Amino acid sequence: MIHRRRLLQGAGALLLAGLLKPLAAFAAWNKAAFSSKTSADAMKSLGTPSAEASGGIVIEAPQIAENGAVVPIEVESKIPGTTSIAVIVEKNPYPLVAKFDFSEGAVPFVKINAKMGETSDVRVIATAGGKHYQATKEIKVTIGGCGG
Amino acid sequence: MAGPMKMRATLGSGYTDLRVLMTHPMATEQQTKGQPHFIQNLTVKVNGKTVIEGEISQAVSRNPVFSFRLKGGAKGDKIEVSWLDNKGESNKIESAVA
Repeated sequence: MIHRRRLLQGAGALLLAGLLKPLAAFAAWNKAAFSSKTSADAMKSLGTPSAEASGGIVIEAPQIAENGAVVPIEVESKIPGTTSIAVIVEKNPYPLVAKFDFSEGAVPFVKINAKMGETSDVRVIATAGGKHYQATKEIKVTIGGCGG
Repeated sequence: MAGPMKMRATLGSGYTDLRVLMTHPMATEQQTKGQPHFIQNLTVKVNGKTVIEGEISQAVSRNPVFSFRLKGGAKGDKIEVSWLDNKGESNKIESAVA
């Protein structure tokens, strides 16, 4: 019996250590935004319900992506003071793909490979000085990449 | 299991170019019948200071590759990239700017 109790205590401590460590090192994951099924809901959960169109956001991506499983999307915000960039694929089952926060020392630039289920607009939201800006670009997908 | 990572940081003109590869299935709900397995958080640190914090979804491709740019930078700057997935697995890689 004593043996078993010790074992349980040990396991509990390990579990706690495992759970607490990542929490301290990483920011919370915005579950509401990432579980949103429409881009409007995702934007609301991100705290950017509306955004002004801006030419300061540059989206580099292929016009036609043959393989929807790996679509390279490169985004840069030239808007001064950009602190965050979110990438949304409008027609994906969960449209929000990624969100990055940039502190001093980082250029508001990111290149990711995303999965796209079908031809869709890619919407990029940039936040600078408490204001939100957006730009969109359509990417045509020949073979979807969300399923198996 | 947390797979290996690769990272390369090189000095560009006015910025440091950072490329990082993470080995991860990035399995979606559809692929796994409701048991997705994907990276949720990633952090980029330069000389111990956090400069980029990312949150990503299952729609990021398998074995994700990210490119970032860091302002300025010098040879020997220590860059650390770490990630955490939805099952609590994590990994990190450290390297110096070349």
